[in-house]
Amino acid sequence: MAWTWFHRLGSPPYIYALAGRLTPWFAWPAGALIVGGLYGGLVLAPPDWQQGDGFRIIYVHAPSAWMSLMVYTTMAVAAGTGLIWRMKVAHAVAASCAPIGASFTFAALVTGALWGQPMWGTYWEWDPRLTSELILLFLYLGYMGLRSAIEDVQRADRMSAVLAVVGVVNVPIIHYSVTWWNSLHQAPSVMKLAKPTMPPSMLIPLLMMLLGFTLFFFAVLLVRLRAEVLSRERSATWIREAVSP
Amino acid sequence: MSERSLQGENLHLWRGDRHVLRGVQLSLAGGECLQVTGPNGTGKTSLLRTLCGLMYPEEGRVLWAGQDVRSDLPGFHADLAYIGHEPPLKVDLTPRENLYYWIGVRRRISRPELDDALERVGAEQWRDRPVRTLSAGQKRRVALAGLALMAVPLWLLDEPTTNLDAEGQRLVGKLIEEQLLRGGLVVAAIHHELPVPGATLRRLELAHE
Amino acid sequence: MSEYPGDTEGATAALVSAVSTSSASPLDAARLALSRDLRLAFRKRGQLVQPLVFFAIVTTLFPLAITPELSRLRDVAPGVLWVAALLSSLLALEFLFRDDAYDGTLEQYALSGQSLTWLLFAKTAAHWLLTGLPLALMAPLAGMSLGVPAAAVPGIVASVAVGSVALSLIGAVGAALTLGIKRSGALLSLLTLPLAMPVLIFGARATELAIKGGGYAAPLQLLGALAVLGVTLAPLAAAAAVRINLE
Repeated sequence: MAWTWFHRLGSPPYIYALAGRLTPWFAWPAGALIVGGLYGGLVLAPPDWQQGDGFRIIYVHAPSAWMSLMVYTTMAVAAGTGLIWRMKVAHAVAASCAPIGASFTFAALVTGALWGQPMWGTYWEWDPRLTSELILLFLYLGYMGLRSAIEDVQRADRMSAVLAVVGVVNVPIIHYSVTWWNSLHQAPSVMKLAKPTMPPSMLIPLLMMLLGFTLFFFAVLLVRLRAEVLSRERSATWIREAVSP
Repeated sequence: MSERSLQGENLHLWRGDRHVLRGVQLSLAGGECLQVTGPNGTGKTSLLRTLCGLMYPEEGRVLWAGQDVRSDLPGFHADLAYIGHEPPLKVDLTPRENLYYWIGVRRRISRPELDDALERVGAEQWRDRPVRTLSAGQKRRVALAGLALMAVPLWLLDEPTTNLDAEGQRLVGKLIEEQLLRGGLVVAAIHHELPVPGATLRRLELAHE
Repeated sequence: MSEYPGDTEGATAALVSAVSTSSASPLDAARLALSRDLRLAFRKRGQLVQPLVFFAIVTTLFPLAITPELSRLRDVAPGVLWVAALLSSLLALEFLFRDDAYDGTLEQYALSGQSLTWLLFAKTAAHWLLTGLPLALMAPLAGMSLGVPAAAVPGIVASVAVGSVALSLIGAVGAALTLGIKRSGALLSLLTLPLAMPVLIFGARATELAIKGGGYAAPLQLLGALAVLGVTLAPLAAAAAVRINLE
C-alpha cells in the first residue's frame, strides 16, 4: 500500500498536478507566518540588553542559516533517492532545491555580515558559523556548477547526486573542523546573544519566522519543481493536456 | 549441452529524448552467434552496452543462464568479454604489458600463455614495442589476443573487424568459430558477413524510429 | 595452439575449468592496478616531477610577495606549505582517471568482475605514492627555506604524509565526478577544495605545532581519522561516479 504511493510519486504527471494543488497550502500560511514573525520581531519584541536593536536581524539571519542546511539535506536525500531507485522526479526535486538553498545561504551570509558591522566594526570576521555558511555556499555552487557542466540531463542528475551525498556527509565534518579551528584562535563571535535564554517575546517571532521560511521553501520548491518537470518532459504526450486550459 | 544462454527481454532504452532501444528481444544459446546489424545511430553500441550491464534499460532485463544479470553483476562480468570500438590499450605500454595487466586483473595468466596468444594474432615481431607506435590494425590484433586469453563463455564485440586486412578478418572469423565450437556465445555488431556456419548464426536488425 | 588448459574435449568443461580455477584474487587485481599505474607514470618521467616543481614554485611565491624575513615567514609557513601542497595535489588529480577513461581501460576495469571500488582504491594509492609521498618528503625542505627549524622535520613529514592521503582520496572523488567534462580543471578545484578544507585545518595546525616544538598528536589523529574515513568512503563514491560516466 505504501509502496504504490511511493511509485505514484515517481510519476511526472502525478507530481505536476499534485505540486500545483499543494502550492497555495504552503504559500499562504508561509506569508502569514513571515509577516506575523517580522512584526513580532521587529516591532513587538524588546531590544536586547546588550546589542540594542541590532540583534533584530536574527529574525532573518537565523531562519536563513537554518534553511540553508535543511535545504541541503533535503537536496541530498532527494538526490540519493533518485540515485538508488532511479526516480527522475527525485532528481528533479534535487535540481529545484539547489538555487533555493544557495539563496538562503547567501542571505545568511549577507545578514550575518550586516549584523557584524555595527557590533564589531567589521563586516567579516571568520566567525565559525559564518565560515561554515561560506563553505556551504561553495558546496552549493559546486553542485550547480557540476550540473551545468554536464549536458546529458540523466548523467548530470546522477553525477550531481553522488556529489550531493558526498557533500552531506562532509557538512558535519566541515562544521566541526571550522569550530575547532576557530576555538584555537579565540576569535569573538557576534552571533551569540548575551542572555543565555530568550524570553518568549523574542522566541515566538523567531519560531514563526523559522516555520514561515520552511513553508516558504516548500512553496517555492513546488513551483520550481513544476517548471523542472515541464522542462524535462517537454516531449512527452501528457504535457499537452496538462498545460492547455 | 551448455546451460549458457543470453536473453534480452523487452529492452527499452532512452538516451536523452531519443528512444534508442524499443522493445528489443533476443535469445541466444551456447554455440550460437548473434549478428547485430543496422545503419549508424540505430543503437547497436547501446544494445551491446546494455547487454553488458554498463547501460541500464528503463524497461526490460537481460538474463544470463536464466538469471537477471543485475542480481550478480560481477559474476556476470567474469563470464563476459566486451570489446568496444577502440581496443582498450594503454599507449605507453607494450602489447605484452597491456595483456598482462588487462587479463591479469581478471585471471591468473602466465607469460607463455601471453606469448602464445600474441603469436596467434601475428604479433611476435612487435610485441615489445609501445602501443603508440603500432598501427590501428595491429592494436586491433592485440585486442583480439586479449579476447582469446580471457577464456569466457560470452563475447560482446562492437565492430571487431575494424581496421583489419583480409587476413585479419579471417582471424576474427576463426576465433569466433572456435568460441562457438566450445559452446560459447558471441554477439557482434558488424557491418559485413561473419564467416560462420549459417546454422549457428542469428540476426538482429536495428532500424531508426 | 591452446589458450585454455585441457582444451581437448568437452568444450564447456574447458571453459568452466578455465574460469573457475584461475580467476584473480582481489589482492592480485589491486596489486596489478597499482603496479600498472606506477609503471605508466615512470614511462613519462617528465610529468612525474611537475607537481613537485609546482610546489617549489608556489612556496617561492610567498616570500616574494610578503617578505624575505625568516622570522615573519616562519609564522605563515604552515599555511604556505599546506596551500601549496593542496594546489599541487589538485594539479595531478586531473589525470588520475582521464587517460583510462579515454582509452577504454577504465571500462575494462568496470567489466573485470572485480570490485571497481577496490581497483580505484589501488589507483588512488598509486597516485599518493607518486604525488603525496614525494610532497611530504619535499615539504621540510620548503619549510626550512621559510625559516622553519630542523627539529620540525618529522612533524612536517608526518602531517603532510597523512594529510595528503586524505587529499588524494577526496580528489579521486572530484576527478571521477568531472570525467567526461572538457577543461574541467576549474570545476575540479571548485568541487574538491571545500571538501578538503577540514584536511587543511587539521594539517596546518599539526604542522604549526610541530614548528613551534609542541606535541602535534591531537591534530594528527584527527587528520588520520579523516584519512580513514576517506579510505572507506571515497573509492565507493568514485566507483559510483565512474559507472555513471560509463552509462
